[in-house]
Amino acid sequence: MAEWTPKPARPAPASTVGFVGWARRNLFATPGDVALTLFGSVFIIWLGGVLIDWAFINASFSGDDRTACLKPVQGACWPFIDAKLGQFIYGRYPEAETWRVNLVFFFGLAGLVPMLVPSAPFKSANIFFLLGFYPVFAFVMLTGGMFGLVPVETTDWGGLLVTLVVAVTGIAASLPLGILLALGRRSKLPIIRYFCLGFIEIFRGVPLITVLFMASVMLPLFLPDGVNFDKLMRCLIGVALFSSAYMAEVVRGGLQAIPKGQYEAAAALGLGYWKTTRLIILPQALKLVIPGIVNTFIGLFKDTTLVLIVGLFDLLGIVQFHFTDASWATPETHITGYVFAGAVFWVFCFAMSRYSIFMENRLSTDRQ
Amino acid sequence: MSEKIIRIQNLNKWFGNFHVLRDINLDVSSGEKIVICGPSGSGKSTLIRCMNRLELHQEGEIMINGMHLDGSLKNLEEIRSEVGMVFQQFNLFPHMTVLENCALAPMWVRRMPREEAEALAHKYLTRVRIPQQANKYPGQLSGGQQQRVAIARALCMNPRIMLFDEPTSALDPEMIKEVLDVMVELANEGMTMICVTHEMGFARQVADRVIFMDEGEIVEENVPEAFFSNPRNERTKLFLSQVL
Repeated sequence: MAEWTPKPARPAPASTVGFVGWARRNLFATPGDVALTLFGSVFIIWLGGVLIDWAFINASFSGDDRTACLKPVQGACWPFIDAKLGQFIYGRYPEAETWRVNLVFFFGLAGLVPMLVPSAPFKSANIFFLLGFYPVFAFVMLTGGMFGLVPVETTDWGGLLVTLVVAVTGIAASLPLGILLALGRRSKLPIIRYFCLGFIEIFRGVPLITVLFMASVMLPLFLPDGVNFDKLMRCLIGVALFSSAYMAEVVRGGLQAIPKGQYEAAAALGLGYWKTTRLIILPQALKLVIPGIVNTFIGLFKDTTLVLIVGLFDLLGIVQFHFTDASWATPETHITGYVFAGAVFWVFCFAMSRYSIFMENRLSTDRQ
Repeated sequence: MSEKIIRIQNLNKWFGNFHVLRDINLDVSSGEKIVICGPSGSGKSTLIRCMNRLELHQEGEIMINGMHLDGSLKNLEEIRSEVGMVFQQFNLFPHMTVLENCALAPMWVRRMPREEAEALAHKYLTRVRIPQQANKYPGQLSGGQQQRVAIARALCMNPRIMLFDEPTSALDPEMIKEVLDVMVELANEGMTMICVTHEMGFARQVADRVIFMDEGEIVEENVPEAFFSNPRNERTKLFLSQVL
């Protein structure tokens, strides 16, 4: 009997692989593609030129007041940022005490970075540090009034400090709250289900500005005389509740994508509701909705700028506030300030976005 | 025959208004192998899913190993760890390795230490002949391998009864045999097994009794030889003429 042997594989033609193949397929496949490629290249070069002219070639880099930024062809006014940088980061936090803020930033970073690197050791100690020790530490250091630290009113906080406090609190609170709300919305018990449904629909159906106004103006009306919540604290609660309603819907999307068979297999092994949820359902559901979760985080991070309307100065608020400084009044001050604030926000959001992509790839177990 | 490990009396179940199981009576002795067959929609899957309470019944009584299947939760978890189940779609946990899939329930339901649970998982993975795949994810395995992992996962709970819900229906023909071989081996070791399957060869080889269901009723039950060679009911004859 003749034996069958499969034909040996041959390499693909050279013009279809590598950079040449890629460029042919993606840049120059049709006359239309060629035109678009050329037009796009010209546009990118032009835009890059404009930006480099503005940010570097025509920009001012040193000076002590507006006179540094009044050249006939003026680009960015960087001395403005330089002079105000302390304000932009700390707001009106007393200058002698800013080391406390720096210490909080430093420990936050020192706790977060090893948490985000999957191969770093001591994860459980790290979690305890971030969720148990760090919030207390940050609270004591920032507000003071204990251990001989000078008290600093939250009305004096500002800039990046407020942005980060609001965003980090919102992010840390919204994920667990959102998960509980999403589970509650799927509960078999009508009371829990309708409570969660009502909470989600009310907070999702109302603009964040309204929630913040309610928290800062109306809440005190309902509290007894003499009971006074800190304004920043009220904003934090408002933002946390608002974003947890959004988070709940994102998480619910993930929960609904889990096939019924997973629940049945877990039940057939004797796992109860909470063990099934924790070990089987949530790890899969959360992995599926990482893009949605990070999307909500990014939205929340940028929404922190709205605390301006209840009189708190976040990064953007304080940058805008300093436009009114007459000693820096130049035609380029505004745009330089906005570009700076935008760039800071972009760096944080872009970092979150890249990290989410990294996690998605790492957690993907569907690879063959 | 030895003790009755499963007793089902006058079992009735409805999905909404649809009467899916009608007056089912079935006793299974310890070590017995039952094959249930029948056309789709005949209630055979629902029947075995009632045996570990994945489905709730409305009337009648199910006793597993002397325990009543009713509303009390304590009982339920006890029964579920006595009754292993293998599904048509495998239902492995895709975010865990094969080893973790198997060690999960011993660790979290039986509170076994990790090393012990993983040793147990290795033992059963060896028995279903895939110990070398222990650290892969289910998505990296073939269908037949996944189903064998699912069998090992159920065995890790050391169940007294194994339920199989069409375990080979989602498999390519080349893979059916490797799963059936494992099931035959399990049967020879004396496990009490209830299999919903259309693998008539398997029924002939292994079953002590074959049950034919249609429209939510047990139409006929008999030892395989008589069941296949001399069915008493016209409906059974028609079904057999279509599947054999």
